[in-house]
Amino acid sequence: MPTLTINGRSMSVDAANDTPLLWAIREQLQMTGTKFGCGAGLCGACTVHVNGEAVRSCQTMVGDVAGKKITTIEGLSAKGDHPLQKAWIAEQVPQCGYCQSGQIMQAASLLAKNPNPTKEEVVAHMDGNLCRCMTYSRIQKAIMRAATEMRTASASGNERRPT
Amino acid sequence: MNQHVKNVTSETTDLSRRSFLVGTAATGLVLGYAGVPGVGEALAAAPANFEPSVWYAIAPDGLVTVTCGKADMGQHIASTMAQIVCEELGAKWSDMRVSLASNDPKFNDPVLGAQITGGSWSTMMNFDAMSRAGAAGRMALTEGAAAAMGVPASELVVRNSVISHPKSKKQMSFADIVKSGKATKTFTPDELKAIKLKTPDQYTMIGVSVPQLDIPSKTNGTAKYGIDVMLPGMAYGAVVTPPVRFGATVKSVDDSDAKKVPGFIKAVTLDDKTQTTSGWVVAVANTYANAKKAAAALKVSYDGGPNAKLSSQSLLDEAKRLQGLDDSGQFFVKDGDPNAAFGSAAKVLEAEYTTSINIHAPMEPMNATAEFKGDILHIYSGNQFATRSGAIAAGAAGIDPKFVVMHQMWLGGGFGRRLDADMMVPAVQAAKAIGKPVKVIYTRENDMTMDFSRPLTYQKVKAGVDGDGKLVALSHDVVSAWPTARWGIPDFLTPSVDKKGPLDSFTVNGADFFYTLPNHYVRAIKNELAHNATPSGQLRSVAPGWTFWAVESMIDEIAAATGKDPAQFRIALLDGKGKNDGGAQRLRNTLLAAMGLSGYGTKQLPKGEGMGVACVSSQERATASWTACVAHVAVAPSGEVTVKKLTVATDVGTQVHPDNIHAQVEGAALWGLSLALYEKATLKDGGIEQTNFDSYKPLRMSQVPEVAVAVIANGEKATGVGEPAVTVVAPAIGNAIFNASGARVRALPITAEAVKGAMKA
Repeated sequence: MPTLTINGRSMSVDAANDTPLLWAIREQLQMTGTKFGCGAGLCGACTVHVNGEAVRSCQTMVGDVAGKKITTIEGLSAKGDHPLQKAWIAEQVPQCGYCQSGQIMQAASLLAKNPNPTKEEVVAHMDGNLCRCMTYSRIQKAIMRAATEMRTASASGNERRPT
Repeated sequence: MNQHVKNVTSETTDLSRRSFLVGTAATGLVLGYAGVPGVGEALAAAPANFEPSVWYAIAPDGLVTVTCGKADMGQHIASTMAQIVCEELGAKWSDMRVSLASNDPKFNDPVLGAQITGGSWSTMMNFDAMSRAGAAGRMALTEGAAAAMGVPASELVVRNSVISHPKSKKQMSFADIVKSGKATKTFTPDELKAIKLKTPDQYTMIGVSVPQLDIPSKTNGTAKYGIDVMLPGMAYGAVVTPPVRFGATVKSVDDSDAKKVPGFIKAVTLDDKTQTTSGWVVAVANTYANAKKAAAALKVSYDGGPNAKLSSQSLLDEAKRLQGLDDSGQFFVKDGDPNAAFGSAAKVLEAEYTTSINIHAPMEPMNATAEFKGDILHIYSGNQFATRSGAIAAGAAGIDPKFVVMHQMWLGGGFGRRLDADMMVPAVQAAKAIGKPVKVIYTRENDMTMDFSRPLTYQKVKAGVDGDGKLVALSHDVVSAWPTARWGIPDFLTPSVDKKGPLDSFTVNGADFFYTLPNHYVRAIKNELAHNATPSGQLRSVAPGWTFWAVESMIDEIAAATGKDPAQFRIALLDGKGKNDGGAQRLRNTLLAAMGLSGYGTKQLPKGEGMGVACVSSQERATASWTACVAHVAVAPSGEVTVKKLTVATDVGTQVHPDNIHAQVEGAALWGLSLALYEKATLKDGGIEQTNFDSYKPLRMSQVPEVAVAVIANGEKATGVGEPAVTVVAPAIGNAIFNASGARVRALPITAEAVKGAMKA
């Protein structure tokens, strides 16, 4: 039985090594914030972090992530208060909301490396994440807002741990 | 006018026959229309077990939970209902909560008399009922407080969940009053009707962009969608669908390889007497990953059925054939005599407009979870039409619909797709076959190839202008599959004006526009071949998504042919004469607003750039809202189109939540752009060729242009905002392309090849 390190906890899952991580997270661990959208790496709804990198969990097999550090939307922050999550609320981004876990996880991997992205960098980084409600402009605004907040917090010595 | 809209009157009457209950109990104050046996008894006899089964309840802790009978697919309608209640109730916004209704008929839409969400109807049709519910609660609480404080009710002030008596400085919170049990009042229908609601100048909540109640849960992974339902002992189903969209049958299923998949339970061939699906098999296993493996291992052989050789081209050929017949279809509009007018017209224009098959593709693939518990079938799924979908689930189970409980979930996108009930059938029959709850999840490939798509449409428009360049006649034929006729619900069909039987007005709405025109025919022609081969559905904005493509393109063509500015030409036609009085002027004003905001006609654009206008009254005349768009595009010599800016103005009457209106209008406009330039599905050998987001390509972030939105709130009744902007964008872009390059395009989606080809012509 593979053991996964998810959101700082070690959990064993009853799944074969060739099971997509997405389904192990959703069904075995019953953490349903990570969404199934296309099963082909084309939409980004299933985005999680593996060792800090945004990956498509529908294209990542359980056997390939044993011993690696996995973060899902449930583990991005202790109380749903990551600067991106706060910015998502401030900008009232979600409509149906289904893609937004993936959007936030994708954006978090950008800001962890690039605290001051340009609009072009944001678009390039986010273009693989579909939003059928077309909330794209608010997603951009929220990322810029969160980036500003993170830089301010960082400047005041209140550094946030990257996920 | 459509049958279901006519129901407005009779359903309102029906509603007034019920009485409005207000009473406190140990669990709280419950308010709602008591048309259903059991509510009264529950209040009186077993308060501790009373479930908040009507519009809202106030708990002893003061929290107000509004039960939303509409499907929430991102339009934040649950939060909007709470906001309308909150305004009249006088509650504090942070005390408001929402829950999603089951399919109990007591949650039926007070106007429509059913649970269906679409048409941008929800706010306009529930505004009055929710307002009265809120006001009645405030009055009951006020009387309770007056009794408890020993002061006259008329001296009390209600604000932020607190009722205070300024003279004596006494006050009680809603929580205090509910706990005291003093709020007891029953409203007769007449009393309810007589409640004097606030006037707009008294609003403190309506018109304020309060934080949407559902948004925090959609930023931390806790919002529960249908796909997230987990039941004890549940199994999972993956569907195997045939290569043909509809009409195939299963000849044989060989599960010998599937049996080697660990966790495989059973392959269930659907016996769908509701005829929602055809030729489907469900592979059931202990996990979804295993169910998918088993599904891939099943060897299913099919009889492809009557549609197995059809293609988009054959559907289009058939549409053209039907349009050419004099006796095809039924008349939706028959004013004057266009054919006679064409004879005396100075100029006659004719054009064909087409739209492709389009796929809803909400981000949450279709899914449903079914569980039989005793006599009751429980369905967990996000669905837009609980009334019908519950009946389909019952049909799949072979039971009476009254034994089906639909548990509503947040919808991971709807756009009309979840009006349908196909996902109920595999879940129900798999659960029945294995005697355990089953969650069926479509793969994206299932979801796309088995979509109840926006139908392929073919429209022929003929227009006549007189010697002064005035439009005097228009004849408009619309040929398509009939999405709403497929439901088999007579009330949703519309009598034809030539008395040739009912027609599906959801294929021609919008063609009955607000331009003044003495001679006007609109014919609705059912493409039976397409209807059977590509069972169609309602895609965000429905018919106006194609009718305005034709109408607003043709109006532009006429303006060009007569040498007039296309915006001024429209303004002249929107003179508000006769039946167009009121609507035409509002539409004209939105067009003027969009022109003003975009700088239409004020700037010299560089070569290769242009602006185009369109204005629409989607959805239906009876429930119209008023939207105009100016598109600014650049057209390259290659024919490639870049949309630089979309300016959209919309008259919403009363705005409940300005920020939400902006979000909806922007999302709708971008849907319009996506359908205009990027989304196309095709039929080949009876099957949809596009299977995932690599071949069916909705708009991505890098393709988003600047979108400017002007919302006109003029104090008229609240109109819908979720759909109209979808329909206005494609013709505005097409007209802008013409303005920029002289290329007239008449097929959606617009391709660079088509633009380049039209440039040469």
